[in-house]
Amino acid sequence: MFQSLSDKLTNITRRMKGQGRVKEKDLKDMMREIRLALLEADVNYQVVKDFTNEISEKAKGAEVLESLTPGNQIVKIVHESLIDILGGEQEKLAVSPTGFTKIILYGLQGVGKTTTAGKLAKQLKDSGKKPFLVSVDVHRPAAQEQLAVLAKSIDVPYYIDTANPSARDIAKKGEERARYLMADTLIVDTAGRMTIDQDMMDELKEVNDQVKPDERLLIVDAMIGQEAVNIALEFDKQIGIDGFIMTKLDGDARGGAALSIRKITGKPIKMIATGEKLEDFEAFYPDRMASRILGMGDVLSLIEKAEQQMDEKLAQKSLERLKRNQFTLDDLLDQFLQIDKMGGMEKMLSMMPGASRLPNGAMDEAVINRYVAIIRSMTPRERNSYKLLNASRRKRIAQGSGTTVQEVNQLIRQYEQMQSLMKQFSGKNMGNIGKLKRLFGNKLPF
Amino acid sequence: MAIFDKFKSGLQKTRDFFSQNFTKLAGNLGRFDEDMLEELSMLMIQADVSVASTEFIINQVKDHIKATGDDQVETVIEVIRKAMAESLGPSQHLEIDPQVLNVLLMVGVNGTGKTTTTGKLAWAYRQQGYKVVMAAADTFRAAAIDQLEVWADRAEASLIKGEQGSDPASVVFNAIQAAKSRSAQILIVDTAGRLHNKKNLMDELAKIRRIIAREAGEAKVTSLLVIDATTGQNALFQAQAFNEVTDLDGLVITKLDGNAKGGIALTVAREAQLPIYFAGLGEQIDDLQEFDRDSYINSLIPEDFNKAQD
Repeated sequence: MFQSLSDKLTNITRRMKGQGRVKEKDLKDMMREIRLALLEADVNYQVVKDFTNEISEKAKGAEVLESLTPGNQIVKIVHESLIDILGGEQEKLAVSPTGFTKIILYGLQGVGKTTTAGKLAKQLKDSGKKPFLVSVDVHRPAAQEQLAVLAKSIDVPYYIDTANPSARDIAKKGEERARYLMADTLIVDTAGRMTIDQDMMDELKEVNDQVKPDERLLIVDAMIGQEAVNIALEFDKQIGIDGFIMTKLDGDARGGAALSIRKITGKPIKMIATGEKLEDFEAFYPDRMASRILGMGDVLSLIEKAEQQMDEKLAQKSLERLKRNQFTLDDLLDQFLQIDKMGGMEKMLSMMPGASRLPNGAMDEAVINRYVAIIRSMTPRERNSYKLLNASRRKRIAQGSGTTVQEVNQLIRQYEQMQSLMKQFSGKNMGNIGKLKRLFGNKLPF
Repeated sequence: MAIFDKFKSGLQKTRDFFSQNFTKLAGNLGRFDEDMLEELSMLMIQADVSVASTEFIINQVKDHIKATGDDQVETVIEVIRKAMAESLGPSQHLEIDPQVLNVLLMVGVNGTGKTTTTGKLAWAYRQQGYKVVMAAADTFRAAAIDQLEVWADRAEASLIKGEQGSDPASVVFNAIQAAKSRSAQILIVDTAGRLHNKKNLMDELAKIRRIIAREAGEAKVTSLLVIDATTGQNALFQAQAFNEVTDLDGLVITKLDGNAKGGIALTVAREAQLPIYFAGLGEQIDDLQEFDRDSYINSLIPEDFNKAQD
């Protein structure tokens, strides 16, 4: 139904072939396609407008206009700007210094608050905390029972009272119960409500005043349309938001609301829900969300193409040095930094759903970072001729880089292996950059 | 409250949104130019009308102005209203054939309000004197059966259920037998919410559909996709995917009284070519109404727009 953004931009760039540079009109056409792509992803209209204006300014920079592939460059700029807006670092859930943390979940009807409460409790429990669940939903039939079933399934204590019509009172008694049982995290699940329903908003205010939460989380359905922004603003105005959780991201909605809400409220996305099972609950990664909003794989492949160009330049340089048998630790450092710049292993992993549960992604990143630190702790002379590295120098480098001598040795050993492999190849035809890349790819420890 | 009033009050927010912005738009000139059409597109997109449907409507306006040279506000509004009516298709009433069993299969993604709609429908048909059986075929979501049980009590309809986690197709099988033996006219099947890109869950739904065809071959089966009015463009994919599996007959738009401006209703009706039978306009048991096209359009762009302007 939706033609991919990259196809559309490619069509425009194809038309431009033979032209010396990008014309104002071409840029305008491209901005229109970007605007449409974002609107189809349900990004709020006003946010889209501001965003494309910014992109347009950035795209007027010399780099894009002089590039042979302006379409790719623009998609790259769009992608990076999206990541920027979605937020750089991970924001953790609040933990109260009192040792008793209170979290309240609220949002529209049907967004998945109760299931999310169960997921959150499970995650806290698995990380050694003692969560306690309370449902103050006195409106939807069997909502409290639903929470009770979930709580039992993960063996987390809970409090419900279907005979009590007062949400505030249930919250109060629930908290007392949680404290009595020495729980350390109280999770309050509230009824779904529309922000235009003032009675319901007043009820939520009452509950909020009663609980005085450390963390107020707005739960947002990934499928929500243009209204997301107004809903978030209204909840923020009346209750206050510390962060939000986006649900149903295992569907195929592009989730543009994540961008709108983040941009308009400035509040972070703390977690995402990605399935019907209680363990389908993950940390939020801005780069994955950006790719998703833009239509996923096709954009990534475009960006990769843009990055390959840089990569090839560098590979060319390495090849030259290799031919002259001059591949030093400095060149190796360049390689590491290049991989890092491309997002490295982590980026590749980020394209796989559920990869956040794999611990080795982080490990690989750590290995690269460690090696970079080790080489940077060397003097220029050492980097040029690694044979200088005797025991006392290695000890110094280990100290300087915050690593161990074993790790320094490991790096040197691998560098030596690489060198000997390169020598084998240097006699033969080395015109093929792919071969060189394969060599790097297979023989480096990541 | 009359249907029209219910629609009007339910869609008050949308109504305000459009008429206020419209007034601003048309206030000074009394005529439509290119910029105003652009602004109008913006209004529609902000109401979750898709880009394609917005273009369809705006192009009707452009064509009209080109052909007649008439760009007065009144004329343009009339053209827009007509284009919206064309998008929605004629208002349709879901006929119940009292001679056979009428099976209403409620499907949709999670959280759109299938169970609530099932309960409200059961109540409405009970009010009309039909014998109604409900099938709790959502055996997955915790306490979904309990939730439907509450509705069954309120509607005074009988409920056929299984254990949580049991095969929903077997619940449907039992419900069909029960409906037949009690000579009920209407069987409403509440299914579990499922995201349309999950093959296993969609296969499960296909199985339910097959069971109905096999066990109630003579029945009049109506598959209804329940869409949350707050949904954005994803609703189109939902319609497409559910149509492939259950051969959709129409739509129910829920939460139309709420925050959303509900432009997705027009979008799905036009682009998936499906009639909207019902609209959820509140939390009360009688807040499910037959979808009234003209009232909906009125809520978007009031007929007496010019009077409202004065």
